[in-house]
Amino acid sequence: MASEVNGVDLRVSIGSLKLKNPVMTASGTFGYAREFEPYVNLHRLGAVVVKGISLEPRFGNPPPRIVETSCGMLNAIGLENVGVERFISEKMETLRQVNVPVFVNILGDTLDEYREIASRLAGVEGIAGIEVNISCPNVKKGGVAFGTDPEMAAVVTKAVKENSTVPIMVKLSPNVTDITVIARAVEDAGADAVSLINTLIGLAIDHRSRKPALANVIGGLSGPAIKPVALRMVYQVAQAVSLPVIGVGGIETTEDVLEFMLAGATAVQIGTANFVNPRASEEAVEGLAHYVATERLGSIREMIGGLVLP
Amino acid sequence: MPQFQKKTQIIRIERFASDIVRLTLDSPDIASVARPGQFVMIRTGNGKDPLLRRPFSISQTSNQKHFQILFKVVGRGTLLLSHCREGEFLSVLGPLGSGFTVDCQRMNCLVGGGMGIAPLLFLGKTLSRTCPENSPLVVVGSRTKEELEPLVNDFNEIGLTVHPATDDGSLGHHGLVTDVLKKLDLRGDSEIFVCGPHPMMAAVHFFCEERGYACQVSMETSMACGMGACLGCIVPVKNGAYAHACSDGPVFDSKELLWQVR
Ligand SMILES: Cc1cc2nc3c(=O)[nH]c(=O)nc-3n(C[C@H](O)[C@H](O)[C@H](O)COP(=O)(O)OP(=O)(O)OC[C@H]3O[C@@H](n4cnc5c(N)ncnc54)[C@H](O)[C@@H]3O)c2cc1C
Ligand SMILES: Cc1cc2nc3c(=O)[nH]c(=O)nc-3n(C[C@H](O)[C@H](O)[C@H](O)COP(=O)(O)O)c2cc1C
Ligand code: FES
Repeated sequence: MASEVNGVDLRVSIGSLKLKNPVMTASGTFGYAREFEPYVNLHRLGAVVVKGISLEPRFGNPPPRIVETSCGMLNAIGLENVGVERFISEKMETLRQVNVPVFVNILGDTLDEYREIASRLAGVEGIAGIEVNISCPNVKKGGVAFGTDPEMAAVVTKAVKENSTVPIMVKLSPNVTDITVIARAVEDAGADAVSLINTLIGLAIDHRSRKPALANVIGGLSGPAIKPVALRMVYQVAQAVSLPVIGVGGIETTEDVLEFMLAGATAVQIGTANFVNPRASEEAVEGLAHYVATERLGSIREMIGGLVLP
Repeated sequence: MPQFQKKTQIIRIERFASDIVRLTLDSPDIASVARPGQFVMIRTGNGKDPLLRRPFSISQTSNQKHFQILFKVVGRGTLLLSHCREGEFLSVLGPLGSGFTVDCQRMNCLVGGGMGIAPLLFLGKTLSRTCPENSPLVVVGSRTKEELEPLVNDFNEIGLTVHPATDDGSLGHHGLVTDVLKKLDLRGDSEIFVCGPHPMMAAVHFFCEERGYACQVSMETSMACGMGACLGCIVPVKNGAYAHACSDGPVFDSKELLWQVR
């Protein structure tokens, strides 16, 4: 597969999947991709990850759902989505036409839900991979997030893997003591890649009204504010596992992408930055091509894990 | 529908009060396709803080080249924006959202409070062009004469008669726009277009429901993206579900929304 950007080699592999460049978009920040068509040549991206899909449709949390914080934002969308059936019949229909690899981000309240949604998506045309969001509370285990317990994380990974026909990428929660323990557990359970980080849980308060800024009280922090935490976790996980690591968290520019790759990321996802600059993902692809050309690299892959330690 | 991300030059800055500013921006792309009720998302600074764009209604367009936004300083983003100078460039995304739908056969009445007047100026202009035989009624209210008068003049300039109301009585009726609205001689087929503070819109909705008038409201919520991607901008609708103010709205038929009972 030839790269399209000035003949520069930006290709990376995630398991059996070959991407033309390492720039993906993060779940929940890029809609179902079509929303960005006025701004982005979607086919130039490495891949897109769509909004999290559950078995049944969900209305999500009451408003307010978002609030800006210093260099970032908190969200408590509550996983609003159309459910897997409507996703397949309506959203996949248009996604198939955009000519870019599509990862479907999935979530569930129980192990069975993960299993069912994975089997429902198996064989659906146009899906390049599954991203498993394990930051959701496990309803049967008292609401403890699947992603905070290595055993539960492994069981979910195994269930999705067994029922999928495409590579699976497990999205790790940063809200744990040691993220490498979870990363190793999902690697052993058969994941093809790990993506990290999901949002960091946080709280914002309006002192005048004495109320929390979000109706859900607690929300997930994203944006430039979380970048150092994400970089650190990518660095640690890349050393702990031999799977491809997809870096996520506060990435906005080409320089950010390069830093994540140096820390060990094979690819990256751009999230909150899409809201500020809808062209951020395509601009990063252009920036990487320019970098590889001007630095005379053989390929962008030379950057992966290339951190020079003191 | 065409949407653009543009660096647009500020060609004029007007200050109506210490905290109310109107910017005229040069953007033929946006100005030539914008419809009344649509909005833009503007970066208020170049750094990472404030991070997100801020939504503003398109308040007028001229010659398919320029458009205006009218805003009040309420926080950091709008404060930064108020410090801009003529000749500077702003990053603008738009035009976004659905606009008002108009029916020339009805009696049309525009009701605006505070910065909610902004999109109604654009609507008033469009109505007087597309329905020349049928001028809309205009009821607008604000804190003081100082901030309301320039807008009343703008409506007058396009040939519309305005019924003003101010909180301090310095211009027009001393009190609420809803008091003025209730005293108007409205036909049974009236359609009310309302934008302003939430309690005002709720009051107008209930008034219209009582009288059987049609009512379109322009909703304000916090927004991260303005284009249907973040799902942050919801407004409650009737069956326990939510609509998205940026992509399903910001203009809604008021009957579709869930209003708190008075
Ligand atoms: C579709 C749409 C059109 C709009 N059009 C206009 C316009 O034409 N003119 C104008 O002046 N404003 C308009 N607004 C509101 C404007 O976007 C906010 O005032 C602005 O985002 C505030 O930014 P800030 O950084 O100054 O304040 P922040 O620091 O973000 O907030 C300051 C205070 O204002 C409150 N606030 C923030 N946003 C809103 C909001 N949307 N509604 C109510 N309270 C809010 C916050 O809770 C906080 O208390 C519009 C909003 C929407 C959604
Ligand atoms: C509004 C919003 C919605 C999100 N929805 C999802 C989701 O449905 N599933 C998921 O795995 N992550 C979701 N995320 C997390 C992002 O994909 C990403 O991991 C996180 O925001 C950190 O990256 P960023 O700093 O670049 O935004 C969401 C983030 C935001 C801001
Ligand atoms: S503001 Fe992002 S979906 Fe409406």
